[in-house]
Amino acid sequence: MSYTSQLRELIKRVEKTREERLGHDFPRMTPEQKQDVLNNHHPDYIKDQFRKAKIGPNKGDRFPHELCDVIEGYPAVKWDEIDTSKIDYDVDVLVVGGGGAGASASLLAHEAGADVLLTTKLRFGDSNTVMAQGGIQAADKSNDSPATHYLDVIGGGHYSNVPELVRALVTDAPSVIDWLEDLGVMFDKEDDGSMKTRHGGGTSKKRMHSARDYTGAEIMRVLRDEVLCRDINVVEFSPVVELLMDKEGKAAGAVIYNFETEEYQVVKAKTVIITTGGLGRLHTQKFPTSNHYGATADGLVLAYRAGAKLAFMDTVQYHPTGASYPEQIEGFLITEKVRGLGATPINVDGEQFVYHLETRDVEASAIIRECAKGKGITTPSGMQGVWLDSPMIDKLHGEGTIEKELPAMVRQFARFGVDIKKDPILVYPTLHYQNGGILINDKCESSVENLYVAGEASGGTHGRNRLMGNSLLDILVLGRRAGKNAAAKAQSIDNKSAELNLEHAEKFVEELKKEGIKRTKTSPILIPDYTDGELS
Amino acid sequence: MLNQKGYEKKQKSNEFVDIYIMGKRYNVPSSLTIMKAFEYAGYTLLRGCGCRAGFCGACSTVYRIAGNHELKVGLACQTKVENDMYLTQIPFYPAHKVNYEIDKLQGDGDQVVELYPEITKCLGCNACSNVCPQDIKVMKYVSHAIRGEISKAADESFDCLLCGLCASKCPANIVQYKVGLLCRRLHGKYLAPKASHIKERINEIEEDKFDKQLDELTNASKDELANKYNNRDIEK
Repeated sequence: MSYTSQLRELIKRVEKTREERLGHDFPRMTPEQKQDVLNNHHPDYIKDQFRKAKIGPNKGDRFPHELCDVIEGYPAVKWDEIDTSKIDYDVDVLVVGGGGAGASASLLAHEAGADVLLTTKLRFGDSNTVMAQGGIQAADKSNDSPATHYLDVIGGGHYSNVPELVRALVTDAPSVIDWLEDLGVMFDKEDDGSMKTRHGGGTSKKRMHSARDYTGAEIMRVLRDEVLCRDINVVEFSPVVELLMDKEGKAAGAVIYNFETEEYQVVKAKTVIITTGGLGRLHTQKFPTSNHYGATADGLVLAYRAGAKLAFMDTVQYHPTGASYPEQIEGFLITEKVRGLGATPINVDGEQFVYHLETRDVEASAIIRECAKGKGITTPSGMQGVWLDSPMIDKLHGEGTIEKELPAMVRQFARFGVDIKKDPILVYPTLHYQNGGILINDKCESSVENLYVAGEASGGTHGRNRLMGNSLLDILVLGRRAGKNAAAKAQSIDNKSAELNLEHAEKFVEELKKEGIKRTKTSPILIPDYTDGELS
Repeated sequence: MLNQKGYEKKQKSNEFVDIYIMGKRYNVPSSLTIMKAFEYAGYTLLRGCGCRAGFCGACSTVYRIAGNHELKVGLACQTKVENDMYLTQIPFYPAHKVNYEIDKLQGDGDQVVELYPEITKCLGCNACSNVCPQDIKVMKYVSHAIRGEISKAADESFDCLLCGLCASKCPANIVQYKVGLLCRRLHGKYLAPKASHIKERINEIEEDKFDKQLDELTNASKDELANKYNNRDIEK
């Protein structure tokens, strides 16, 4: 579906102002202006979209309704069908989740000599990692430093981030890039081998490393290949539906569910690492999402029942630029690299209304505000959007830049008859990232002993807002740390006589009943239901 | 705004088409992708559904249009439904995988043929390229690999999603997508020039060069951080 004649007319207004916009940066917002647009237009600030958790370690904390719904769900496991003394797998380290964090955790744990089992709900590698397009940050150039990176991260996160986690993130970053290069990841490089780097929203230095606009896909396919080459045990289509604890209340394994045979299996493990990703597919505030099909907050539910504390769950990231046209790709991610390369947001009158590289929360709020003012564009399917003036990129950097730097984006739109080299794109914020998660320290330990967490399932690193390129980074920084630490811890654990049990889940059910929460929902939900056509 | 899209949108869509999923007929809006049409018809997808955005290669779908013998393929999340489309999904296709230790390989021309000798049996039929949902010139990169031109094969195959449709069509049993992956890893590790600034930075970090600055930031108050942040230099 290429642009309709009405949209074509509107595009003329964008074209009319393009020349004069070139070379003239729209002013950045002051700290006060930023706070104002957030307070009035960011979805996190809409009070009635949240409620207090009735149960668990964060009882009384403000969570989105959709998260409360899964937290307050009853366990899906059928208790009487599980004999926890019959062990199907006995391993040192159990990794739950098969994205970038799970793969890197497995590799490091395996390198440390641990017997590793990686279990994943869908296919190994199917995750938000594979969809990350724009890049990965690391302060490895001479004009940059880990301290500068630190300041960008913590400023972007509104100074709420857990300092030790930010420090871990920026300090490990260069070695993560080095590790990836050594595994054979094809980064975009200059002829002399130095990394091609660009800005992302909120960065003070150009430290975004990329692999065209398939950065996450490139990293994931290499990590997956490496895991498979090393014969690490991988079980697909087998989500964890409950953690198992020992008599002392420490994490000691998990119950996995074979989707196809509908059988439960018991995994005994000395340490467990949760890398299940985030909550995008819960569609908070009914937003469409750029997230993977499996992003249903499963790890949060499991860890929460086991007593792990969550953090920053009252903040969700809405990526400023999700596609709002054509209908078939509504909510899909338009990588921030498009803005990084110089494409600017434009309203219905052809005017720029916000600097194009504000942090994601500010940029998204400014777009929502512009549409609320009536300056947005209504798409044929009834969505709102603003233009993202992609043809600016070739004007700024030369013909062919879009083709070379954004092949995935060009292809994505070409499939539906839109040429982003010639015409601007219609965008609106899309649910992109779980800023919060299971609270960890810089060893990736949760508040439950022997339970480690890495990647988007973890919370604290990004505070209340994450910058582009720091998620691909954190899954590897934390994934590697979790794998290494969980393997080391496993060495000191003797679990030969450990009795695995589900008492924590039974207690949780009692608490649910006490709070008067009826058994109307079960969780983790594992697969989102789109058969009613409400969202997709 | 974005809310309540679903049902409303369905009702607005006045054009419907007939599709056949595993032989059963369903009437669905013509604007849907194959994946959304499956769900519209009431299917909950498990295998054959991944990122839903054209990046993971999990939703390879085989179809034909009534009256036409030709078997076509595509990604279910990226292909629109057509009238009289007969659909089935092939979310798992068994393929040969060679295990290797990347550290023990070399970036020379013979490496790929040694690990995947079947590539030399390529018939040149181009079925692999014709079937690729990413429009990659698959046969071309396999030819590069046969000739030992690893970097060219790496570049040409870069946009591969590993969906496996190429291998499903190959009469010579070549697993093209794995050959491409090996070439990219060899190029990335051995043939692309190294980024020397990374090692330098790692050394500086190991020598604790940034510890003092980081200690200051870690211990700074919110106001001090905000002051530093709002006044930081921004690279042009």
